[in-house]
Amino acid sequence: MNAMPPDAPAKATPVARDEALLGVFAPSLYADHVKVYPRAVRGPFRQVKWAILTLCLAFYYLLPWLRWDRGPNAPNQALLVDMAGPRAYLFNLEIWPQEVYYITGLLILGAIALFLATALYGRVWCGYTCPQTVWTDLFMAVERWTEGDRNARIKRDAQPMSADKLLRKTAKHTLWLVVSAATGGAWIMYFQDAPTVTREIVTGGASMATYFFFGLFTLTTYVLAGWAREQVCTYMCPWPRFQAAMQDEHSLVVTYQGWRGETRGKHKAGETWEGRGDCIDCQACVHVCPTGIDIRNGQQLECIGCALCIDACDDMMRKVDRPERLIDFVSLDNLQRRAKGQPTVQKLVRLRTIIYASLLLVVGAIMLYVLTNRADFVMAVQQDRAPLYVALSDGSIRNGYTVKVTNKTHGPVDLRLTVEGVKDARLFQAGETGRHTGLDFSVPSDVVTSYHVFVTAPRGQLPRGQQQFDFVLRDAAGREVIRIRTQLSGPA
Amino acid sequence: MAKLPNTSNDDTVGTTGHEWDGIRELNNPLPKWWLYVFYACIVFAVVWSVLYPSVPGLRSYFGGTLGYSQRDEVAANLQQAADSQAVYRTKIRETSVEQVKADSDLYQFSVSGGRVLFAENCAGCHQSGGIGTRGYPSLADDDWLWGGSLADIERTIRFGVRGAHDETRQSQMPRFLADGILPQKDIETVADYVVAVSESKPVNPHAATLYKDNCAVCHGDNAKGNRELGAPNLTDKIWLYGGDRNTLIRTIAQSRNGVMPSWTGRLDDATIKMLAVYVHSLGGGE
Repeated sequence: MNAMPPDAPAKATPVARDEALLGVFAPSLYADHVKVYPRAVRGPFRQVKWAILTLCLAFYYLLPWLRWDRGPNAPNQALLVDMAGPRAYLFNLEIWPQEVYYITGLLILGAIALFLATALYGRVWCGYTCPQTVWTDLFMAVERWTEGDRNARIKRDAQPMSADKLLRKTAKHTLWLVVSAATGGAWIMYFQDAPTVTREIVTGGASMATYFFFGLFTLTTYVLAGWAREQVCTYMCPWPRFQAAMQDEHSLVVTYQGWRGETRGKHKAGETWEGRGDCIDCQACVHVCPTGIDIRNGQQLECIGCALCIDACDDMMRKVDRPERLIDFVSLDNLQRRAKGQPTVQKLVRLRTIIYASLLLVVGAIMLYVLTNRADFVMAVQQDRAPLYVALSDGSIRNGYTVKVTNKTHGPVDLRLTVEGVKDARLFQAGETGRHTGLDFSVPSDVVTSYHVFVTAPRGQLPRGQQQFDFVLRDAAGREVIRIRTQLSGPA
Repeated sequence: MAKLPNTSNDDTVGTTGHEWDGIRELNNPLPKWWLYVFYACIVFAVVWSVLYPSVPGLRSYFGGTLGYSQRDEVAANLQQAADSQAVYRTKIRETSVEQVKADSDLYQFSVSGGRVLFAENCAGCHQSGGIGTRGYPSLADDDWLWGGSLADIERTIRFGVRGAHDETRQSQMPRFLADGILPQKDIETVADYVVAVSESKPVNPHAATLYKDNCAVCHGDNAKGNRELGAPNLTDKIWLYGGDRNTLIRTIAQSRNGVMPSWTGRLDDATIKMLAVYVHSLGGGE
């Protein structure tokens, strides 16, 4: 290959290259973990972050304790996933295992909402509401409370172990573990009755499985929020890898306005701002960053879009009497417009936001329709295949059906099964000998009950070998509850 | 925190030092903990290989120090299933078929288990679902040769029909032509009579006399058959070998004597009862 680009920089010297080939020069392919010491910061974005954190945690911890009256034979917890039941209770909604598509629907709604939010406002999910962010933020607050702010922590970590250091570290980890245990415990409460399981965990009466999951979630919270932190976002989470697909040049992102900030440099009071940028290279944005990056290097994978660097930078800008928002929450398009001195535009309505919003509406409408049309009774009918039909001694034709009736109410219900569409049809259940015009079932509550039903049609009722008809379930008052079309088969 | 991924030509992050034709290999190092997780996985794999079956050999394999085997687990599961069924089977053995049907647990168990047992032992002749075929009676319809009550069905399964057991159900239709009982012409007349009876058409008096003298002793004066003798009803729409004239002539002339084996000794008591309950549930049970 001889087509070397003319402007390709020849950085590696021939000597270094030869050494590399000899294996003398061997850079590490693995990087040491550099601990991030985020500094405390004040400002509007920090306040929003505190507010959302408080709201999210309040919801998470209090929701399982919310009671919801469902009558005598059902749990009175508003939000409960009863694995043994097996039922999921969501306020008025009661989801059976075969209706897991409701959960799928909710997840799809969540995903599309996330896409839309990302297209409009960038990584607000990552920066404000992701559980990893919320708990990491909480753990950092605990860390600052026990060990002090950034400089104090760096200094203490460099010192040898002392009584003070040991005390503070112990206090921090103890508090972390307490928060983790509360978190793991709260997660268990979504799966068992909250007051009962709390009492059981405390008194030692809970099951091994409960303690296992309690321990598991305590441990994962402690490790992920205390130790792994930004490593989760950078190396474990798939979302940062493909969220770029939802963003375009009009999505809001946290970004350093290089056109205003450069050329950066230290600035002493009284010096002129002529011929230089506004960035005074104070490193405030770097010091407050929870993932330890320098926002001035542009868009990068590690940035979770929490905007704390904006608060930090604004603070400095006020001190040196320069305009705020050197780092801003702005679209890349507007960033360029500002650099060129053009007026900015907020382009919220774009093809991608229209598509995401429409999808959100469509899926939401489907979910709403399905939810509002959800029946308390479900009937499923399956015609026997072997034998498809039985010819009887008087020439009539009999078919067998498996009829499954689901009663989602909390009490047994008397229902009558009849056949409509076959003249003089008679019904009976497997094992009995009578011939009836209808079958009376007392359908037990909260289960799927299966009946094997035989339908007999008199001779001559099946001129074409097949006849469509309906199974109809009626309640005690004679009201139609449900109707299923099926067919009666005979010799052609 | 690792430095920025080096995707540009600047020198903020080093290269591996490799360079070919001016193309440098950039070095964006992995975090070390990732490497340690990888090592931990290797250690886990080694420990697993020691504890569980891992290394194949020519004739055998290294079974692991825990002695775990999926085959043993299957055997244990099957044994567990058999043990859990044993409770029901013992109860079924100790009670009558009528009581099995009356007990909803035992009934469900018998019908579910009977379906499988039927497929294994009976469906070869009586077909899937007991629908039957030519020469092998349908067990799902309402026409029974030897009776359709639970007790009748149980007895038929237990001892068979024209089988080898002493208590087998026994009867024999004569071979009217082959044994010289009736001439061909009379046999055809009787066949016409049977067709007329089954279709509720008028019969000729000579034929009626022939029927009465030769057939009524088993099939009855009204031709409705006799379950004591397994003599089929000739007036209904169900024919074991066929109801057309030629088939009837063949049946009368040469006779038909289908055999069902006795299942005593081949199947245990509980299995026979479960089969009886299952067959009874097919829709024709009386």
